[in-house]
Amino acid sequence: MTETSLVTALVFWALAVVAVAAGVAVFRVDSMARATYALATSFVAVGLALLLVDLDYIGLVTVLMMVMEMAIMAVYMIMFMGMNPALMPMSMVHGQRTAVGAATATFVLLAAGAVLVPWPERRGVPAADHTAALGEALMGAKMLVMMTVSPVMLATIVAGIVLASHRTRYDRLGDDLKQRPADDPQPGGVGR
Amino acid sequence: MTLETVLIVAAALFSVGLYGALSQQVVVMVMMGLELMLNGVILAGAAFWWFLAPAPEGQVLLLVVIAAMTVEMAMGFAVAIALHRHRGTDMTDMAADLSR
Amino acid sequence: MPELAQVTQVAPVWAVVAVLLLGGVAVVAAGLDGALAARAAGQAPLSGARMPLVETARLLRQRRRTLVAADSLLWRSGGAGLVLVALLMVAVVPLGQWTLADLAVGVVWFNAMDVVVWALVWLAGWGPNAAYPLVGGYRFLAQALAYELPLMFALTAPAVAAGSLRVADVAAAQQGVWFVVWMPVAFAVYCLSVVGFSVWGPLAPAVGADIAGGVLAEVSGPDRLLLQAGRYALLAAGAAFAVPLFLGGGSGPGLPGWCWVLVKTVLLLAALVAVRRRIPTLRPDRFVEVGWMALLPVVLLQVLVVSVVAVIGG
Repeated sequence: MTETSLVTALVFWALAVVAVAAGVAVFRVDSMARATYALATSFVAVGLALLLVDLDYIGLVTVLMMVMEMAIMAVYMIMFMGMNPALMPMSMVHGQRTAVGAATATFVLLAAGAVLVPWPERRGVPAADHTAALGEALMGAKMLVMMTVSPVMLATIVAGIVLASHRTRYDRLGDDLKQRPADDPQPGGVGR
Repeated sequence: MTLETVLIVAAALFSVGLYGALSQQVVVMVMMGLELMLNGVILAGAAFWWFLAPAPEGQVLLLVVIAAMTVEMAMGFAVAIALHRHRGTDMTDMAADLSR
Repeated sequence: MPELAQVTQVAPVWAVVAVLLLGGVAVVAAGLDGALAARAAGQAPLSGARMPLVETARLLRQRRRTLVAADSLLWRSGGAGLVLVALLMVAVVPLGQWTLADLAVGVVWFNAMDVVVWALVWLAGWGPNAAYPLVGGYRFLAQALAYELPLMFALTAPAVAAGSLRVADVAAAQQGVWFVVWMPVAFAVYCLSVVGFSVWGPLAPAVGADIAGGVLAEVSGPDRLLLQAGRYALLAAGAAFAVPLFLGGGSGPGLPGWCWVLVKTVLLLAALVAVRRRIPTLRPDRFVEVGWMALLPVVLLQVLVVSVVAVIGG
């Protein structure tokens, strides 16, 4: 059975408290930037908790990607909500009581399930180098996952740009796409 | 640190995220709630991997969840920008009707 | 699967030594920059080499500035976090045969730490509730988006060649020929990214003079000292990480391994510091296109070449 030392358990509990408290703080703090970075703290805590269960690569990838995402999300928050760094109480909610009720009911249901379900015994042991095992699985037996995720990512990039771009190539290059140099408010460094 | 305790923490994260996704008015805050829910899912997935079946397939599933989270964020931000550009608002209540 | 290189992970109390070493190398970098500045201004270089000590003494006595409705928590953590991140970066660098943290995914750890710098510099720009630091923070994010993906691939190339994400294995896989010799593009992109996340030289529009110092505009006293020290510490940490990744780790004739690591770090650091006065500041909006249209394809080709060599050779 998986025995954990006292240090590991203490570290896990500290990270768990940080993660949940930061998650609650996201919806309680007085500034958009604080909300964004509270979410980042929650993700970093979960990523470090993943390091505790020996998921080195996935834990670090979680930390990396989520910090990057929160840095960009902060830009979006400020752009849409136009707030300044001053702290002002803000509470923009609708249907507060149904949300609280639904959240509490979900937590009770999931926690009851976690405690009451008879979980099976552990099957197998982790590979000696499970990062390498993950890589070999992705390139071997689970190649289908890699092949599916790649075009999905590409489609996301394309769809995101299509939704978000204000000026497309017809605005930049004229109706016959022949105008060079492109009509940009600020030209790029390569001169396309 | 047993399977049950980690799952309870993951359930707490999921519930806080659910509260945010249901109650917030601003699109980006709703997305933050969704992110917290997926955070809980990742933690639960890692717990299941370690305590029940430490095989590479579990890690592949976690990577897929992370990829799904990325895709959701990118699309959410793009939709928020499009909404802001056309309706001049970032509240979900103003986006309730299909066309105006 | 190549066998694992032998590296001993020392007790955490040796972190004090790591702090002292990183601090010493950062002071050397600051002194070199001061000497170059003095020479450029026509004065004796040695008077400029005292710059880190003079500045430290001056800033420790200076009054801390606070602004109206500044977000102090975010501001101070953004500034102070840079030094902490630099320390975390060097925790995985093997000094000869000792290392503080023998992570199995040390290369990814370095990547995660340099992404944390994004958040910290933006917070240092957002916190003071002032226009010029905010502009500086946004400039940094725009430029970081451009160099980050090439950096990730430039970090992948040595890992592919060594067949491992562990820093000691990457250092040990360069027994024959150093990676900098047959991965020059990855090395160049890596050095550019180190200059980028240290907000240094050509990639320092975030602290540019045209926005009154940008992120450094409103910060004073010990906070400014931490921010400036963080920039030099990140430069030193980036140079230190390049040594096991591209410059053969501790290998070299004569001196012991840890000595060679320090020598190579200081030499690369001197080159990076000298870059500041050689190349003008690149504008972020122009650098973005350069990063995505020029750097990314080139570094992908480099990774392709490395992968083909690794498949044929292994």
